[in-house]
Amino acid sequence: MVGKTIKKWWPVFVLPTLAAFIIGFLWPFIWGIYLSFCKFTTVQDVTFVGFSNYAKLMLDKSFSYSFWLTVVFAFVSSILINVLAFTIALALTKGFRGTNVFRTVFFMPNLIGGIVLGYIWQTLLNGLLSKWGQPLLALSAKNGFIGMLILLMWQQIGYMMIIYVAGLNNVSPDLIEAAQIDGATSRQILFKIKIPMIMPSVTICTFLTLTNGFKMFDQNLSLTGGAPGKQSQLLALNIYDTFYARSGPMWKGIGQAKAVVFFILVVAIALIQLKATSSKEVQQ
Amino acid sequence: MKMKKLTAMSMAALMAASMIPAVPVMAEGEGKVYYLNFKPEADEAWQNLAKTYTEETGTEVTVVTAASGQYETTLQSEMAKSDAPTLFQVNGSVGLKNWKDYCYDLKDSEIFSQLTSDTYTLKDGDAVPGIAYVIESYGLITNKTLLEKAGYTLDDIKSYDQLKAVADDIQSKKDELGIKGAFTSAGMDASSDWRFKTHLANLPIYYEYKEDGIDDTAEIKGTYLDNYKNLFDLYITDSTCDPAELSAKTADDSRNEFVNSEAVFYQNGSWEYAELAKTFGDDELAMIPIYFGVDDENQGLATGTENYWCVNKNASEEDIQATLDFMNWCVTSEAGTKSMAEDMGFTIPFKTAVAPTNVFVKQDAEYTEAGLTPVSWNFTTMPSEEWKNGVGTALTAYAAETGSWDDVVSAFVDNWAMEKALTE
Repeated sequence: MVGKTIKKWWPVFVLPTLAAFIIGFLWPFIWGIYLSFCKFTTVQDVTFVGFSNYAKLMLDKSFSYSFWLTVVFAFVSSILINVLAFTIALALTKGFRGTNVFRTVFFMPNLIGGIVLGYIWQTLLNGLLSKWGQPLLALSAKNGFIGMLILLMWQQIGYMMIIYVAGLNNVSPDLIEAAQIDGATSRQILFKIKIPMIMPSVTICTFLTLTNGFKMFDQNLSLTGGAPGKQSQLLALNIYDTFYARSGPMWKGIGQAKAVVFFILVVAIALIQLKATSSKEVQQ
Repeated sequence: MKMKKLTAMSMAALMAASMIPAVPVMAEGEGKVYYLNFKPEADEAWQNLAKTYTEETGTEVTVVTAASGQYETTLQSEMAKSDAPTLFQVNGSVGLKNWKDYCYDLKDSEIFSQLTSDTYTLKDGDAVPGIAYVIESYGLITNKTLLEKAGYTLDDIKSYDQLKAVADDIQSKKDELGIKGAFTSAGMDASSDWRFKTHLANLPIYYEYKEDGIDDTAEIKGTYLDNYKNLFDLYITDSTCDPAELSAKTADDSRNEFVNSEAVFYQNGSWEYAELAKTFGDDELAMIPIYFGVDDENQGLATGTENYWCVNKNASEEDIQATLDFMNWCVTSEAGTKSMAEDMGFTIPFKTAVAPTNVFVKQDAEYTEAGLTPVSWNFTTMPSEEWKNGVGTALTAYAAETGSWDDVVSAFVDNWAMEKALTE
């Protein structure tokens, strides 16, 4: 009965969302790729220029700098976030009192928007740095980088922790009990049973943290704004700057070309990572 | 069953319907005006003025104000729409580069003939794509009460050397005077750094252009950068805070220090008047030129504009006509001129302008009458935001002693040539 109704009425349920998806995502995406081959001021009024935007992009030193900075940032932040989130998840699945309170507290930073967090942390970190007599965030690329790491970790660890907690709760107690009877140490249980069993969670968490690291924009904008110079500027902010901080119509196309390269990069990394970690997933 | 189906259908219809935006009904055949306003502080006044105009003439006027710092972004997306702004603004010749293909030639318009001088226009060959609608001044806003308390009057400051002597003396007596410093913090946060990377940086450019008899250049020489350094040094030494902390100081910090009488001098412009007048009376405030040590006897306030009105030439003919009529009405009618002078606090460069109440603007007129030459606004020829940011960063690092003055010079001179080449 239900199946029949769905068969008859599916367009009513699917089409509005599909239309929204096409208007809001698919069409802008295709148009965006086309724009990267154009010179334009407004997106409706464009002149085709072929590959020249891509050629100019290779000459832009700030782009390659941001590119490598982003790669380093994404990897360092993913490793730190995942290790810490997993450690906290382990601690919070031991079943001591108040676990739920802790889980809530750790999750809460995730509910605040990146821009707001950026400004709050800017005040906090600058206060600390000035107390220590260190150069403030906007003056030192190193401090800016560490600041962004701290901010992103603080924001994301809770979220990843929840995914790990769910994974750990799904590890069958039978397996652990059996291992214990066979005389496995808790270290062995962790590495031979728990971690292999939660590989699906690891896949999703590394996917999320890696792509978040690559795409990070609002925290970068509000915490350091790329200062000093462009030394703490990640790719997304670099693209934004190309688009809006430069005069003359040619920069819009270059910004767009950067965005396309950026997209290809993120997709490639995500696919490689998904393949690598999902091959380690085991069936129960 | 029937009931369920009906419910499902009506729910779905409702969902689909909610996606269709409400389309306002427009009067056919009549032109309308859509003004994308640049100045958030004048939003309310513009809305009221638009309402008055609609009541008087029946022409529909929509005023939308872009968020602070988001004008280019907003303009770009609005111009791509079918109902694009008919009236928008650019900030000068550099801004015009982005938009000149969209600008209607205002050469034969009524409003052009109302200008007091055609220096208040943007030119592109013979065409006039932009007309300035507000003239502003900046300089050193001075708290006269505090200055007198320190034993000086405005007459004691007529040159850079005198300014430095007075400021140094005030700084050394700051505890006796109950203040924190001679100058408000030269904040290098994004909300405030334009005062130095743009406005203060205008002075070396102005004197260099003047010496070379030019009004734009592909390569700046940096002849007067030492004077620029002297002033910036003065700002950060005789200041309310440690130079290392400037990178985090905001525009609000700086204004609050002035409003709370914690500092005597505050570099900013006539647009600050409305805010400062809440605390100070007119006789407590003065604006003095930013004495640069080059031609101090003749230097007036820095007076100019970065607000040019442009009309969208892609709009329909009726809309263009309606927009031209509206602009002309704003600067000639009683209601329009009064609102611009009193509600918005603007000095407008048109024959029918009403005298403004703004004390800084009045002072600018007095200086000019006394024979001083206003410093023109040449920062509209700065190559790009990118260039300004480079200078700002170098200044911040210099103030905090993590960078040297050579970096500032390099950001000023080398990047100028590079960025100019890139904008063509």
